Amino acid sequence: MAADVYKQKNEDVPNGSLVPPDRQHAERSESPTPGLAQGTEPGAGQEGAMFVHAKSYEDLTGADNQDVIPRSPYQTEGAQDELTKMEEISKDFSELSTQLTGIALDLEEEIRQNEEDKLDLSPQASRRDSVLSGEEEEDVTMETWRMHQKHVFVLSEAGKPVYSRYGSEEALSSTMGVMMALVSFLEAEKNAIRSIHADGYKVVFVRRSPLVLVAVAKTRQSEQEIAQELLYIYYQIVSLLTWTQLNRIFQQKQNYDLRRLLAGSERITNNLIDLMARDPSFLMGAARCLPMPAGIRDAVSSCLQQAKAKSLVFAILLSKNQLVSLVRKKDQFLHPIDLHLLFNLISSSSSFREGEAWTPICLPKFNSSGFFHAHISYLEQNTDLCLVLISTDREDFFTVSDCKRKFQERLKKRGVYHALLEALHTPFYSASQVGIPELRHFIYKSKSSGLFTSPEIDVPYITEEEKERLLGLYQYLHSRAHNSSRPLHNIYYTGPNENLLAWVTSAFELYVCFSPLGTKATALTAVNKLMKWIRKEEDQLFILSPQTY
Amino acid sequence: MTQRRVQNMEVTTCLDAHSSKDSYVFKIVLLGSSSVGKSSLAYRYVKKDFRDSLPTVGCSFFTQTLRLDNSTIKLEIWDTAGQEKYHSVCHLYYRGANAAILVYDITKKESLEKAKVWLRELEKEFLQDEIIIVLVGNKVDLSPEREVTLQEAEDFANTKSMLYMETSAKTNHQVTELFTALAHELLKQRQQKEKSLHATHRKKSSIDLQESTFNSIKCCQK
Repeated sequence: MAADVYKQKNEDVPNGSLVPPDRQHAERSESPTPGLAQGTEPGAGQEGAMFVHAKSYEDLTGADNQDVIPRSPYQTEGAQDELTKMEEISKDFSELSTQLTGIALDLEEEIRQNEEDKLDLSPQASRRDSVLSGEEEEDVTMETWRMHQKHVFVLSEAGKPVYSRYGSEEALSSTMGVMMALVSFLEAEKNAIRSIHADGYKVVFVRRSPLVLVAVAKTRQSEQEIAQELLYIYYQIVSLLTWTQLNRIFQQKQNYDLRRLLAGSERITNNLIDLMARDPSFLMGAARCLPMPAGIRDAVSSCLQQAKAKSLVFAILLSKNQLVSLVRKKDQFLHPIDLHLLFNLISSSSSFREGEAWTPICLPKFNSSGFFHAHISYLEQNTDLCLVLISTDREDFFTVSDCKRKFQERLKKRGVYHALLEALHTPFYSASQVGIPELRHFIYKSKSSGLFTSPEIDVPYITEEEKERLLGLYQYLHSRAHNSSRPLHNIYYTGPNENLLAWVTSAFELYVCFSPLGTKATALTAVNKLMKWIRKEEDQLFILSPQTY
Repeated sequence: MTQRRVQNMEVTTCLDAHSSKDSYVFKIVLLGSSSVGKSSLAYRYVKKDFRDSLPTVGCSFFTQTLRLDNSTIKLEIWDTAGQEKYHSVCHLYYRGANAAILVYDITKKESLEKAKVWLRELEKEFLQDEIIIVLVGNKVDLSPEREVTLQEAEDFANTKSMLYMETSAKTNHQVTELFTALAHELLKQRQQKEKSLHATHRKKSSIDLQESTFNSIKCCQK
């Protein structure tokens, strides 16, 4: 196994199709074979990861605890388990074809005919309630309200409304009362309600004391995925208040109206829900990097690293939800969920474009009991480059603000600022650059680095609906691959409009979309070629040498 | 107190460098309930523009430098979030402030009540002569929907010895005037303080003289 990992031959990288490589290419395997160990796959950081290792649905598949225990920041969960699974992944690439699971069902049809029952094999599916509570009828006056694809409700354990995606919370207080009644009714029997499947809808419940989150969705997402989204919303609320404060409030006053404290942040939650529907970062549990020449990125990273302060824990440079650089304090790891929450916070408010923001923020996966202080500012008002400096000291505004100034000065002095702006002009690459005619789109995630790459969604997925449909297909493959009761490693899906392939190993995840004219055999050759291409371009597509303070 | 006095360093460099006059840094904090226009006031003053802004997250920091009576004044403006969840951290932002602008919305009576709450907070934190407080009724462009009369607010401001002004960030009514007036007031107060400080210095030095003569007498006696 793993014969060609870190080959001794010093390969000469031919001119990449993105930007000519301007850096000594490390000795890494040219073609990643299934024997690839975690940490050697394309996109894996050369000096360790920046993120806490995140598994799909880790919060859901973990101990089914109602209360979230604040996690230790140093926890690299799952890393050990992954290593023990090493032998499992040593199967040869050729085996792939024999292991492919053909799912020829048309997804849309499947949803339309409401046949999830046949596919949904999760154990909780057996516990279902065919009676959809009368809440729907109560809102007959608002037909458009009922027509929404996905409703999200957050309520307190006292049944008090906290948030509703559509409509005012007051008008829905009785609806939420019913939801709470359902939760309590099953809890009285020492049981827990997870979902109700009826009439083409999935009603998913997530209980994170002192909150209850409910989604009513007719999207094609799996129950697990919807629950994951609800958890994101829960973390989003925690990031504003901290878990400690949230609990203290409800311990002191059970029927407290949390909307008072959350006033003004509904748009952050709204934005998060919208973002989750179109940004694969959430599905992948990983961050996407802005493609740029490795030399420039390294120079930017080192400028960022040099502008340090004692209280700084993380420095993150991003552009429109794409990571440019991340510097962290040695031994401190950021969790992708926390990073996504930061991305969402920044994209949901234009107010950061002016002045310098200094705000308390809780990174719930890092430490849910306390606040960091984040200095958020755009490098220039008219660029999309946003710098987030996360400090432990709330008094340190001027010190941290000075770090930003130093960083900008260094960028200009080293002459990389211009090149950095240049890279912003091409935030995406095209799938055609890979040189595989039948390839339409792909998502590749390196598990050890927590980073993924994906080309621009291009023809024929032009409209927003088409784009979301494609993402929906990926979501479907993802949920099949990560089904807790029957996970799949390889999936080949043939649909009327496209063929898709999913390949999940312990080192990486790959989801590829092909034109419908291709065959399984061509898809396999293409995947091989694609992996080689990603390896060749990895220093542009990923952050291979992350910096630490 | 963080009344930092910067001598000819960073402030004068951004203006005419030859002015060897005094430079001052004043910290101003904008307080008030949500969506009364705190950010819009700051934005109008600093960026000379108006746009519908979204609720501030935490707090935004702006600086603006101006010249008054041969002095260079750098205003550090802390624009706080009006949302309740940030109240627990707001003291961070107003600590050490030289001036506070209490903003309310003239079309919302309750926002004036909230400003009164903020005033009580400030009174707890500061001595009367430590901070200059301005009560600002914003959104005068919406005066047909006015809920708080000029008289009512003015009377309240007078009883609490606050400055008072009505503004509109949207139509740029009295915004620059507000900050300039405040800067004037801050400068006046500072210069008075310095004068009295000088006076005590002089008094003290005379005492010193006496002391030294006393000492010298002692010396002679020795």
